[in-house]
Amino acid sequence: MPSRTVYTANIDFIQILDEHGVLDEKLAKDTLSDQEVLDLYQFMIRCRALDEVAFKLQRSGRMGTYPQNKGQEAAAIGSGYAAKKGVDYLVPCYRENAALFMHGLPMHYILLHWMGDERGNQIPAGVNMTPLSIPIGTQMLHATGIAWAFKLRKEPRVAITYFGDGATSEGDFHEAMNFASTLQVPVVFFCQNNQWAISVPRESQMNSETVAQKAIAYGMPSVQVDGNDLFAVYKATKEAVERARGGGGPSLIEAMTYRLADHTTADDARRYRDPKEVEAWQGKDPVIRLRKFLDAKKLWSDAQQTKLEEEAKEMVVEVVKRAEHIEKPTLADIFDYTFAELPAELLKQKQTMRTSSLGQNPEQVGLGAAR
Amino acid sequence: MPRTDMMKEKGLTLVDAINETLAQEMEQDDRIVLLGEDVGLNGGVFRVTDGLQKIFGEHRVVDTPLAESGIMGTAIGLAMAGMRPIPEIQFEGFLGPAYDQLVKHAARYRTRSRGAITIPLTVRVPVGGGIHAPELHSDSPEAIYAHTPGLKVVMPCTPYDAKGLLLSAIRDPDPVIFFEPKRVYRSFREQIPEEQYTIPIGQAKVVTEGTDLTLVSWGASVFQCLEALDSLPEDVSVELIDLRTIYPLDVDTIAQSVEKTGRCVIVQEAPKTAGMASEIATLIQEHCFLHLQAPVQRVCGFDTVMPYYKLELEYLPDAKRIAESIGQCLAY
Repeated sequence: MPSRTVYTANIDFIQILDEHGVLDEKLAKDTLSDQEVLDLYQFMIRCRALDEVAFKLQRSGRMGTYPQNKGQEAAAIGSGYAAKKGVDYLVPCYRENAALFMHGLPMHYILLHWMGDERGNQIPAGVNMTPLSIPIGTQMLHATGIAWAFKLRKEPRVAITYFGDGATSEGDFHEAMNFASTLQVPVVFFCQNNQWAISVPRESQMNSETVAQKAIAYGMPSVQVDGNDLFAVYKATKEAVERARGGGGPSLIEAMTYRLADHTTADDARRYRDPKEVEAWQGKDPVIRLRKFLDAKKLWSDAQQTKLEEEAKEMVVEVVKRAEHIEKPTLADIFDYTFAELPAELLKQKQTMRTSSLGQNPEQVGLGAAR
Repeated sequence: MPRTDMMKEKGLTLVDAINETLAQEMEQDDRIVLLGEDVGLNGGVFRVTDGLQKIFGEHRVVDTPLAESGIMGTAIGLAMAGMRPIPEIQFEGFLGPAYDQLVKHAARYRTRSRGAITIPLTVRVPVGGGIHAPELHSDSPEAIYAHTPGLKVVMPCTPYDAKGLLLSAIRDPDPVIFFEPKRVYRSFREQIPEEQYTIPIGQAKVVTEGTDLTLVSWGASVFQCLEALDSLPEDVSVELIDLRTIYPLDVDTIAQSVEKTGRCVIVQEAPKTAGMASEIATLIQEHCFLHLQAPVQRVCGFDTVMPYYKLELEYLPDAKRIAESIGQCLAY
């Protein structure tokens, strides 16, 4: 019996704005206008400013553990911008703050979350997203279910879910990809491949050359993009979002980026990363790259930059103020949201703040003594 | 779906009652989606969803890929987006892969989002032993879920209770695990109203009234308790309580009974240590300390792995062990 090839596939890589800030005009056609790039650049600077201050808040003891987003902003912003605010739905993990802000999450919510306050997860009505998700990869199934609901109700809406390279080892990643493609629901799987899952590099995480190729097993379109290139991320996500919206089913996007900071403030990446590698990626920083592009097109000046940075600083001060000047939650809150209606025992625990039966009903103490 | 002549004449089995409840509520609420392994064309391995795909279509009665975390996780997503998913996990032993989604997400979402996102879903799960099933098809894990804040757990054992409690579960704004004792699926028929009715979650039922001893059980074991009662001398008066809901527990019904009887035996299929019987015994000593005439007794599965079916009936509490324990508790 002769053997024959029953399946072949290849993975495309897209880069439109290279690390020197040089744009591929042909590929950039119909992506972002100069004005849009200017707006998104300024937004990126604001998000970076908040990220830096969040780090300092942790270091000065004003906030708990925080995972910095630094270096991955183009991936978050380019993808978030490709989705329709108020229509589409974001299902994040925890390193794409900029996409959430873009879709209407007040910035201080993120600080509240990391300050140990669930109100940072109390997504305002009309803002279409789930809160940050801490366990790795589980949220991709929620995105698939949300997209499934959109399909069932024939709503032209899309869910985008974010996760890292490490998450693609989790079973839930594969179950979500399989459910989404089998059910053909409008979801975009957006992988921020930042090369490191805490201390484990991609080559120890998987034997696949790319994350994108994992979609092939599920019969799902996929692409790898330069994740620090705002244009490429936007273009790829826009295509995936519109394909999903038009009934074309799910897609996987692998955005090649880099975590310039530690995994979280509790981590020290110097223990496992070569400083030369970090240095090389610092040269590919999406902020620097966009600035080079804007400079070359004479769309931006040092004076504008100074003004923007000052504004960003002031904005962050206000955001921090909002997060810090909120009244401490009451202990009653931990009970009140367990169920829509509190069962009797929970109500008793809330009313007495006791779990012991004599603590809950002190009269019983007398009953015992009388005996 | 109209009732068959058999149903009209002899009543409904537990399976019939659940099927009818699903059909009636799906008719009224198009947010309901049934999803799970083999639930569609095949009607589920126990045929609980038999015929529903034909009525409601492939989009509302969905054969999913074979992945329990995927079933639970996408059900959570459906619920987040305003649907009313009813996932089926084929056997309680396969709740393991879904546990992560159920406990980490479904149970916690109302709390962690301070009410912004809620998860109204009903997880249907066949539970318990006694049907000669293979390994991991006969366990009783209800205490694990009762121990999880944010989940409600029900386990009816009659067609009447199943219908009323399932409707309450579906309409509940929070996640409910609906355990179906598979040993009772077709063990008897009962005449129950055709129209919809609800039974509140969290209310136990006094099956037989009595004055000498309180016998507490739930699920299929209730029928072993009834068998035990038949074997007792006529002058022994036992009050049998069927919990029906595992969480939230109906302490009042149990406490009122034990205050009256002063003695209590609790029967569960699950292993003894750290099971629901332990919780109930604790509540009884908290609430009825001065009324107790004897130590509260637990007749349970052993603290072993559930055996393969050749020994399952010896593992499960039977009428003999229950009657013996009742006798010892009365003699104390």
